[in-house]
Amino acid sequence: MEIPESFLGYKRENGRAGTRNHVIILPVDDISNACAEAVANNIKGTIALPHSYGRLQFGADLELHFRTMIGTGKNPNVAAVIVVGIEPKWTKRIVDAIATTGKPVEGFSIEGVGDIDTIAKVSKKAQEFSMWASEKQREDCPMSDLWISVKCGESDTTSGLASNPTVGNLMDKLEPLGVHLCFGETSELTGAETVCEKRGKTPEAQAKFKKTWNDYNDFILKEATDDLSESQPTAGNIAGGLTTIEEKAFGNFQKIGGCQFIDVLEPAEEPTKGAGLYFMDTSSAAAECVTLQAAGGFNIHLFPTGQGNIIGNPIEPVIKLTANPLTAKTMSEHIDVDVSKILSREMNLSQAGDELIKSTLRVANGRLTCAEALGHKEFVMTKLYRSA
Amino acid sequence: MSNTDIIIHDEKDNVGVVVIEKITPEQDCNCWIMENDKSISIQSKDEIPLGHKIAMADLNEGDTILKYGHDIGKVVKNIKKGEHVHVHNVKTKKW
Repeated sequence: MEIPESFLGYKRENGRAGTRNHVIILPVDDISNACAEAVANNIKGTIALPHSYGRLQFGADLELHFRTMIGTGKNPNVAAVIVVGIEPKWTKRIVDAIATTGKPVEGFSIEGVGDIDTIAKVSKKAQEFSMWASEKQREDCPMSDLWISVKCGESDTTSGLASNPTVGNLMDKLEPLGVHLCFGETSELTGAETVCEKRGKTPEAQAKFKKTWNDYNDFILKEATDDLSESQPTAGNIAGGLTTIEEKAFGNFQKIGGCQFIDVLEPAEEPTKGAGLYFMDTSSAAAECVTLQAAGGFNIHLFPTGQGNIIGNPIEPVIKLTANPLTAKTMSEHIDVDVSKILSREMNLSQAGDELIKSTLRVANGRLTCAEALGHKEFVMTKLYRSA
Repeated sequence: MSNTDIIIHDEKDNVGVVVIEKITPEQDCNCWIMENDKSISIQSKDEIPLGHKIAMADLNEGDTILKYGHDIGKVVKNIKKGEHVHVHNVKTKKW
């Protein structure tokens, strides 16, 4: 298949391009959710991103919170941002960092004002942003403006046989076009960690991966009460035929095809070494992982599933594919791309990869994903440790 | 091409994955090895559902299960060729 040279995206002030044109109301902390949601309810064309944290965090955990907030606001799928926090200092820190993209952003704090007057003020600004963003038009953008993240979920053996290799086939075909790519799931590489390490393009990338995985493994060994056999693999994985974490890991690893990763990113860190594949240190919990990848600046997500994970994200469209014929049938409203014909050998991997590229471009051009149509907006902060 | 009942990732693998709704005991199954595009056959001993694994050889306690050509765990209970391979007879080496 000849791969198109462009897609229709929204060009942003900083040179990036979005596949979506959201105006977001971003609460800094848990207690500002009510205000953000009230504004999103008042003003059409805006969405609130409620979450559970942002108070009394400290150290690396607080830095991750800021990185996630700021990265979400900076994501090119977001046209304009309103930040609402209980107090002005942390709110301003987030506003100032998002403002470096050149996009419209404004901050409000609730202390000394109260919810009702804040909601009124924020609503006026949100209306202005929403109407401004509504005039943005999609334009031709080169394929290299696609930043594609991947993560699989509710995997089974069909994931490793077909849906994950389909994503790998897409990566092999799109990497030469200058696309940014990202995989994560540190825990789910357990068993395949040495094979994965060797996929680092440079000795530095390999060493960074090894340290990241070892740190994670030390943490698991310290905190685990028994072993992770109840969580990794999950009950869904086991029902689907996956027996051990090693088996799951080698299946997971098929998603990167023959690509090599050029760097290892902290959770929610934006890549800075140019086009190519990155590994991001993330949890393997779907909503946490995709939230971090979106905060890293990725603008479209591919999600292979076996038993039928239903996740979506508020700003990054999540395209689901499955190779499990039962899931494709029983959960069809969640599946954007059915590659189950690989198992019956009516379709080969390259054909499946082409189908996935076509679907990815349709979604990049504006087609709603199943998860978007169904209203899935899981925005889940990763918490490193308990708050002070 | 006859229908494929079982797919094996790598020629070295000692397990295959059922890719039809289920296989039944004493069913003669067609297996396809992805790595080298070879076909082989096996007779099943158990009922095995879609996505679950079948032993391609007799396996003894302590043996290593190979899939994707890699170590994915150890046998904790002897397994006969054609039997269901899963959490009841295989365990991770990691935790």
